Amino acid sequence: MSRETLLQVRGLALHRGGVPVLDVPELDLRAGEVLALMGPNGAGKSSLMLSLAGLLEPTRGELSFKGAPLRSRADREAFRRRTTMVFQDPLLFDATVAQNIESGLKLRGLSPAERAPQVQEWAQRLGLGALLQRPAHQLSGGEAQRTALARAFVLRPELLFLDEPFSSLDSQTREELIEDLGRLLAETGTSAVLATHDQSKAARLAHRLAVLKEGRILQIGGLREVMNHPEDPFVATFVGMETLLKGQVLSCQDGLLSLRLRKGPADRDLVAIGEALPGQTVLIGVRPEHVALSLQTDNTSSARNAFPGAVTKVIPRGPFSKIELDCGFFLAAYVTPQSLSELDLRPGRAIVAAFKATAVHVIRTEGLDTEL
Amino acid sequence: MDLIWEGLRKALELLLRLDPEVLRITWLSLKVSGIATLISVVLGLGLAMLMALNEFPGKRLVIALVNTGMGLPPVVVGLFVTVFLWRNGPLGFLGILYTPAAIILAQAVIATPIIAGLGLAALQHLPPGLRLQILSLGATRPQMVWLLLKEARLPLLAAVMAGFGGVISEVGASIMVGGNLKGSTRVLTTATVMETSRGNFDVAFALSFILLILAFGVNALLTHLQQRGRRS
Repeated sequence: MSRETLLQVRGLALHRGGVPVLDVPELDLRAGEVLALMGPNGAGKSSLMLSLAGLLEPTRGELSFKGAPLRSRADREAFRRRTTMVFQDPLLFDATVAQNIESGLKLRGLSPAERAPQVQEWAQRLGLGALLQRPAHQLSGGEAQRTALARAFVLRPELLFLDEPFSSLDSQTREELIEDLGRLLAETGTSAVLATHDQSKAARLAHRLAVLKEGRILQIGGLREVMNHPEDPFVATFVGMETLLKGQVLSCQDGLLSLRLRKGPADRDLVAIGEALPGQTVLIGVRPEHVALSLQTDNTSSARNAFPGAVTKVIPRGPFSKIELDCGFFLAAYVTPQSLSELDLRPGRAIVAAFKATAVHVIRTEGLDTEL
Repeated sequence: MDLIWEGLRKALELLLRLDPEVLRITWLSLKVSGIATLISVVLGLGLAMLMALNEFPGKRLVIALVNTGMGLPPVVVGLFVTVFLWRNGPLGFLGILYTPAAIILAQAVIATPIIAGLGLAALQHLPPGLRLQILSLGATRPQMVWLLLKEARLPLLAAVMAGFGGVISEVGASIMVGGNLKGSTRVLTTATVMETSRGNFDVAFALSFILLILAFGVNALLTHLQQRGRRS
């Protein structure tokens, strides 16, 4: 990608009471991209976001916006006029929806005549057209967050910061809002940084993904790359790779690995795509959505790995259910409500779990004998 | 009971007759306490904003001192201001003891901690992220301060009312630093004390009613400002 670098971070560190809370040696944000910052609570997502937005002065480090370093308070103030942020709480002013939407324009000294058409436009685009005169404190959670988004988008920011903007909403409202936000980001081509602790929902909006832990970026890369090729067990579990297994390489031919799992009462062999040396110990991950369940081994299937086992747990998760299996090793699978009833899945049920060689991701091949 | 009815009748008569002495006293009370409250709003809200927006060593102690100051006894303030303004006191060169300026000074000392303390509570009650949200919308620092004050306007006006109520009704400091001089430093409270001690209950009643009406009127105005735009 040869797109222009929008925001550049070098040597960023933040200490709080002498304790380091952020350590980001390098981070680049490209024009037009949406970068998701993911990590558990306390991983430093918000601190990083506030530092990037020029709202929190880091202990060390330098930010550059479009090649120009932000050094003085005036630099940061000017930068803040070209960007904006939407927080987890809508943080609306005690005023009407229209007054809220226009607040940033007003701060920039635009006249009422200049503000009105823009407020109209963005209220419409966020479905707030009928609510313009309503006091903010009478809005529902979803309406309030829409108002906050309109207040941000009306400024036509060159970079939009979104700090878990959906986490305080109910799931249906959240779905609608994520969809709308995705549409608006695409339509306007706005670059954005999105903090979230939820990999499935908001990652749908992102082009790139950075996984944070204890103030450091463990891995950053394209969405698919990080989701499917986590470099680290923490990242793997965090991006939803629920099954992590340790195995020994039996053979490797033309990128096809034959592995023996080292867990469970009996040896289980499986096939994966990857490169490793025979005798090496590797960590492998399988995403639950790549595991198919059936009542018997299906020879016509292209799945190279099939293991008989038993259901240990059924966990409903919204549109699908998560099934935990014991196949001599732990395996997690996602199934639709239809499969759930067709296969009569319940704890104790005997089942065959199958997944392709391409569904097995070799995560790391070094240092495993000492760890884990 | 006769005393009360007689007092009421007399009070009404004085009011309706627009007695010049009563009018002068009323106007002076309003002016002195109004100016003192204005000074306290500037100092008190400034102090509240400094405390709300900044972290500094000893902040808790400062807050504790301000909160203690909210209950400062007017006579104690009166004593200290008198000593400061005394001819050879630290501020004696000003030569304002026993003038309205001295009362304004004393009342400002009384009202500032009230407005600062309640103002700080009002500002601290705002959502913690609001300051950052305002900055991220592109506000300069003065714009941010203004928007925060605007957001906290309801409890802040309550703080102003409390400050004004505190000084319009106090008598200890006014009498000590003003001296209740006729035509110069006589305000409603000091005049009421004097008339009561002389047994002129009717006049005392009249002055008290005016005081109540004044307090009510000013607070009604502030309440109107406060509740404006709160139709829900």
